[in-house]
Amino acid sequence: MLAINLPSAAVDGLRDAVSVPACVYALAATGLNLQFGFAGLMNFGHVASAMVGAYGTGIAVHEGLPLWLGILIGIAAGALLGLALGLPTLRLRADYLAIVTISTAEILRVVINSARLQSVTGGPIGITGIAKSFYSVNPLADGRYGIGSWSFNQNTLWTMIVGWTLVVLASLLVYRITRSPWGRMLKAIREDEEAARSLGKNVFGAKLQSLVLGSTIGALAGVIFVFDGGFVKPEFYVSQVTFNWYLVVILGGIGTVFGPALGSIVYWFAISVFNSLLTQAIGNRSFWFIDGTDTGAIRFVVVGLAVILLLVFRPQGILGDRQEALVRDR
Amino acid sequence: MTADGSDPTTSPLLSAMGVERSFGGVVAVSVDHLEVERGSIVALIGPNGAGKTTLFNVLTGFERADAGTWRFEGDELTGRPAHVIARAGMVRTFQTARVFPRLSVLDNVRMGSGGQRGERLATSVFPWTWRQQDRELAERAAELVEWVGLGAKRGDYAGTLSGGQRKLLELARAVMSAPRLLMLDEPMAGVNPALRQALLEKITELPSQGISVLFVEHDMDVVSAISDVVVCMSEGHVIAVGTPAEVAAQDAVVEAYLGRSHEDLRGRDPTEPLEES
Repeated sequence: MLAINLPSAAVDGLRDAVSVPACVYALAATGLNLQFGFAGLMNFGHVASAMVGAYGTGIAVHEGLPLWLGILIGIAAGALLGLALGLPTLRLRADYLAIVTISTAEILRVVINSARLQSVTGGPIGITGIAKSFYSVNPLADGRYGIGSWSFNQNTLWTMIVGWTLVVLASLLVYRITRSPWGRMLKAIREDEEAARSLGKNVFGAKLQSLVLGSTIGALAGVIFVFDGGFVKPEFYVSQVTFNWYLVVILGGIGTVFGPALGSIVYWFAISVFNSLLTQAIGNRSFWFIDGTDTGAIRFVVVGLAVILLLVFRPQGILGDRQEALVRDR
Repeated sequence: MTADGSDPTTSPLLSAMGVERSFGGVVAVSVDHLEVERGSIVALIGPNGAGKTTLFNVLTGFERADAGTWRFEGDELTGRPAHVIARAGMVRTFQTARVFPRLSVLDNVRMGSGGQRGERLATSVFPWTWRQQDRELAERAAELVEWVGLGAKRGDYAGTLSGGQRKLLELARAVMSAPRLLMLDEPMAGVNPALRQALLEKITELPSQGISVLFVEHDMDVVSAISDVVVCMSEGHVIAVGTPAEVAAQDAVVEAYLGRSHEDLRGRDPTEPLEES
């Protein structure tokens, strides 16, 4: 009765695993990992950094500035957001940062979404036609690239190339700075702030650096997301996305260098394969408990289950060190 | 010479005046005067709740002082943040050892050293600017790991150590920071009795390395064995200062620990309530 085509599901998975959203997640999770994985900062509003990155670019272009300047503005907005969040909260206990960041992300999204600001932010509709000059410098000829249904048009592929290059560069940067005494200090601060302070380490300064750098990388993720279609919309930046990024970080391995990128690839592959299988199985039929429109929601239920199993059986994620993950805190 | 004209080589290493700290209505610390001479080992004793740890916290910037000033090496450190005080050379350990559990034993000790070029974000990206220094510091750290007898554990995560081993690790890490004054909060707590003698010897070695010591301890045998000066606190006040023998002989000290002698209560009407002391 169930006609399931496994190869086609696998192709769907492989396509999404390298897609622009996977690349955006990889970049954003790399920034989040720098904050949460290395410095232990509970940033529950990381999606806001991508949002200000995307909207900084979008609004600048909408106001007539060139795209390259818009990108710089978007990235600077991410850095400023990190600074604005960190300065008042990093001296407080860790949970305050979590509360402030998630609230800030929601407030920013609601403000951007509001009708009153429609002339600036586009309100719920967003801003379109931002990335034209990005596509105009696309060296690829028009057409589809790839094999069979694992293929992309020239603009998507161009965005993917630029995006994944940035993922690699960001990962290499994280590699360099975390395998240095600065990285060691950041981990020490994550482990015990007071002890780090007792040894003369400027805990506040190091946490602020990590927050700002993570937010800047998050803003870069937002910029890449703009290139995927050339528009921004507030609905992309709901708080749930932050938690998806947490999932990606945990999946890849908290505090590892290449974990977030790998985690994102695996996350998108798994989600896509599962979605494809479920859609094939249900088709346009309807059962008392499920019909074709539910598959999008169900896949997140399964993802949640997968994370629970992961934390039980492989708490270190894909690339993490099991010994390290199981060390007692005190 | 320092700003106020005193000579830093003859003035005390640490001198605190009128340091006060209270929590709600409870006066935790009210110390009129406290000094630590260069090259000395000073023991801070007193019953539980006497304010010893709070005094540590206040002097090292971990807690705000309500009043008072203190100078270290002739520099006013009153109200400075903890990391600034530590960089000035006043480094403390904690009553319950605080190690970095997910860092190796060696890396824990490496964290002790200040002035690491690679700890600046801007230079961390250029390994050639800090690699040589980092290697030298790692060697020094390895020596200190050996010094406290944790050589066999140097690659293990600090989180796998026992409480006593963590105390030793904390000591090595604090010494790594090359302090002028090492403030040890109950360094013997939880340390295996077999290791205590070795640890005592290590502490007595410190002044010859230019490290003065101020330590909190309950064991009077330990205090008598290694300290030059004993400061006894009770209910936030310093009630006695002197050599171990002098302090042990003072009635106020005995009273603080054991309560008032029954001698004082003789001839009193048993129905009459005791006056508050």
